[in-house]
Amino acid sequence: MNNEGRKTTPVTAAQSAQHSGMMFEEPLIFEMDQPGRSGVDLPDVPNVPLRIGTLAPREHIGLPNLSEPEMVRHYTRLSQKNFGIDSTFYPLGSCTMKHNPRLNEKMARLPGFSDVHPLQPQSTVQGAIGVMKELSHWLLTLTGMKAITLAPAAGAHGEFCGMAAIKTALKVRGEDRKIVLVPESAHGTNPATAAALGFTVVSIPANGRGRVDRDALIAKLDNNVAAIMLTNPNTCGLFENEIIEIADAVHKAGAYFYGDGANYNALVGRVRPADLGIDAMHINLHKTFSTPHGGGGPGSGPVVFSERLAAYVPLPYVKIEQDILSLVEHADDAAQSFGRLKAFHGQMGMFVRALTYILSHGADGLYQVASDAVLNANYILASLKDVMSTPFEGPCMHEALFDDRFLKDTGVTTLDIAKALLDRGYHPMTMYFPLVVHGAFLIEPTETESKATLDGFIATLRELAIAAKDPANKELFINAPHTTPRRRLDETRAARQPILRWKE
Amino acid sequence: MKFSKDHEWVKLEGDVAVIGISHYAQGALGDIVFVELPVVGKILAQGKEAAVVESVKAASDVYAPISGEVIAVNEALSSDPALINSSPEDKGWFFKLKFSNKAQLDGLMDADAYKKHRGG
Amino acid sequence: MRYLPLTAQDRSAMLEKIGTTSVDDLFADVPASAWLKGPIANLPNHKSEMEVERTLTALAHKNIAAGSVPFFCGAGAYRHHVPASVDQLLLRGEFLTSYTPYQPEVSQGTLQYLFEFQTQVSMLTGMPVANASMYDGSTGTVEAVMMANRVTKRDGAILSGGLHPHYRDVVKTHSELSGFTIDCLPPSIKATENLIKKITPETSCVVVQTPDVWGNVHDVTALANACHAQGALLIVVVTEVISLGLLPSPGSMGADIVVCEGQSIGNGLNFGGPYVGLFATKEEYIRQMPGRICGQTVDAEGARGFVLTLSTREQHIRREKATSNICTNSGLCALAFTMHLTLLGQEGLKKLARLNHTLAVQAVDRLAKISGVTILNKGFFNEFALELSKPAAAIVERLAAQRILAGVPASRLDAAPELRNILLVAVTETTTAEHIETLALALEKECAA
Repeated sequence: MNNEGRKTTPVTAAQSAQHSGMMFEEPLIFEMDQPGRSGVDLPDVPNVPLRIGTLAPREHIGLPNLSEPEMVRHYTRLSQKNFGIDSTFYPLGSCTMKHNPRLNEKMARLPGFSDVHPLQPQSTVQGAIGVMKELSHWLLTLTGMKAITLAPAAGAHGEFCGMAAIKTALKVRGEDRKIVLVPESAHGTNPATAAALGFTVVSIPANGRGRVDRDALIAKLDNNVAAIMLTNPNTCGLFENEIIEIADAVHKAGAYFYGDGANYNALVGRVRPADLGIDAMHINLHKTFSTPHGGGGPGSGPVVFSERLAAYVPLPYVKIEQDILSLVEHADDAAQSFGRLKAFHGQMGMFVRALTYILSHGADGLYQVASDAVLNANYILASLKDVMSTPFEGPCMHEALFDDRFLKDTGVTTLDIAKALLDRGYHPMTMYFPLVVHGAFLIEPTETESKATLDGFIATLRELAIAAKDPANKELFINAPHTTPRRRLDETRAARQPILRWKE
Repeated sequence: MKFSKDHEWVKLEGDVAVIGISHYAQGALGDIVFVELPVVGKILAQGKEAAVVESVKAASDVYAPISGEVIAVNEALSSDPALINSSPEDKGWFFKLKFSNKAQLDGLMDADAYKKHRGG
Repeated sequence: MRYLPLTAQDRSAMLEKIGTTSVDDLFADVPASAWLKGPIANLPNHKSEMEVERTLTALAHKNIAAGSVPFFCGAGAYRHHVPASVDQLLLRGEFLTSYTPYQPEVSQGTLQYLFEFQTQVSMLTGMPVANASMYDGSTGTVEAVMMANRVTKRDGAILSGGLHPHYRDVVKTHSELSGFTIDCLPPSIKATENLIKKITPETSCVVVQTPDVWGNVHDVTALANACHAQGALLIVVVTEVISLGLLPSPGSMGADIVVCEGQSIGNGLNFGGPYVGLFATKEEYIRQMPGRICGQTVDAEGARGFVLTLSTREQHIRREKATSNICTNSGLCALAFTMHLTLLGQEGLKKLARLNHTLAVQAVDRLAKISGVTILNKGFFNEFALELSKPAAAIVERLAAQRILAGVPASRLDAAPELRNILLVAVTETTTAEHIETLALALEKECAA
């Protein structure tokens, strides 16, 4: 999520960095190029004339040539410059960095899933459509909703899909409502999505307890409001306890309730979003259902719908007739669908992984997932609140939120604490998000961390929080990290004179 | 030099107003990395978005403190946005307006009032 | 439960620290009416690794894997050989289980490969800059149209009839929902459409695909000039990115934005996803470009390093004014792409492209001999359109029953009646001479009967 830069003061002449122990300096592939080498052996090209019309065949591309051993070492060394969940505790709030089971990976690589073309005759992919059907069944049962699409490629794409269904439903009703209400604390994708669909975003303030101000919200409801977009638990890690009253008021005003499912991990298997009055909600398979984050994708963002929106699901969707599964792909068969969101049928590779995860856990395991995720976060909250400062009272859901009041007058910032954590072998929490809390630390441990890991992290963060209050330790923070493959990077320079590619 | 509550300044050069952002504003934004300036000839209304200024982690709108037609923009900022940090109230000017309503100037603050406005 | 480390003892010790006796207390804010007493009913409980594997394997076996039969499907997704090292490295946990590189000091691995990826995409497309990838080619195409509307401050995109119908439909969905104007030309199977004539001073962009979905390759130089003369942008879409090893780059023909589906390099068919969209443009449009961008800089000690940059365009800062609502890129697929392309290198990619093309030429020559089969393309890359004497979908269905995946009937993509007898056939380096002969013999039978 968000972070903030502190000015770096780079030395002017770039020093040539050296290998040190297990930390390797690695050049760019373009600097390793040797013409005449190749990392692949291909059969001979048949000697027939080209048939590319009037075009001249391409000679120069510029790509570097490496052999396989060089390529393998290059990417191995690059991987060693990354933190991952596999290497360390990675409590990024709002991102749900849980363990990625390797069975998921194995199943996704079965040739029956990985080596299947999206446009093969449907009779030859009954098992693939079967995965879509099975995943749909689980997600619908877990959420209590009526309809689902698996098409969206990621969470933000799912948001677009859900809001598109709302826009379509309003059009069918013959109404042109313009306003979408979004709490101040929302993820940036919410207002960006609403704006992309031509809605006007009106922000709703939070109350003193970190929840949406219900009265302020209700005061804004009128016949020009299309929808409200609400994350629950919200981005402060708190459950919107008035959600049912809010949903009722929204429905009474003729508007729809979009639920941002980014924080569904706190509820999965324990609370059904349908019971909260939600009309559409995306589910990030890469959060709650453990498909890998992969350094920023690919994601997958299925959307579940209530009865009120079920008719408008995008193409394609699964149909079952006498045990034969099919994918409905054309608009003629689905007059009310709002159309196609993406080529083909969605992120199948992620469906297999998510379904593997779901079957591994079962209903009982998923219930325990939400319970342990919330327990872990509260344990962190309870163990740190005496040395840090909390913006809101009471227990949290799956993430613990602190502000930076405990750093007042120390000269140390949230960013500095985060960077000091890197030196201690932890990936930092989400910083400076949600925007409504000053200098926020948003810590989401997830359910896949042991008590011993949490205790280690708590001890380290306690120590840093206490050390930050002593001016003698300031150096320790403001120049951190010291032990990582790179020190703080000059983001101002990167943005002022963008260098976005290697050049000879 | 007069200031708006949104931290723009206005300096009069005859019937032309020069506009930029205050020393305080550049400090709050941090290192400026990019500016988007209005096109010459554009008619701006008081209080409406006129330009965008970006630091590494934030993008902020710059509003027209008074109404008028844009007659010049500071091209130097496109190649060297750091001028806004080093010389916000002089070399870091944004654009010049041929203003349409002189009375709007009376609604702006002088340096002392502006200092009070930003709380000190 | 093998993925949950807390023991009963841990849980009670932790509850004690929190000052409560039951986890239920932590859910006290959930309204009583939404409160479930235990696990959701009518769903099975957890299963061992062995049992789950059995269930999924049984589902996988109900599908015909492309590699097990003569296989000719393409139309925007292609079966290529991916070297073993690519997937082995992809599975390294530091790549697989890391997040978006927001902490650059501990994400230099991801950031460096993204920088290398951007450079490779620039080289392939012949464009000055590229972003760190999009969801896929189809969504990238929508973003390109919206970007062209922003750059030209116009509203009016023209979509060639050679554009993949799914891509066209995705743009159409967005145009209806987001409120911009498009003009979609009818399917242009024989590449006879005249796009230049359609351009007006209101046109924001022309979207053209090469090789187009019907297999034809295009020289878009004149089209680019015509766009520029009217102040419009030319968006070139490439769904078979291997073709860029043989055909001139879109950049060299004057494209302003290039969008590719990158699946062919490094990524399997995966029943349609996840794939990876490539997005490249000219330097002057960088700040209008959607998606994540990685840039080079230095660290506090002056060493070269990489960061995500120009992020003020993005949703987490700009919110409702962002260039796009996209939050993720296609990280792992981009990694697979860049690793495979590193193995190929310039010489490997050129050879691979020629191999694809010449095998396709041989296939065309063989299939052209069948009575009842007409080849519709003059110039093509590795895919071509056959006009059959009968509806293609039924023939494809019958051949599938004989375990031959003969290609994609055009009617699968677009219901237009003139497409009923059209079959799209793709040939790649994985296609053998025996496969081509098998297909030819089977089609001979079908078209004669």
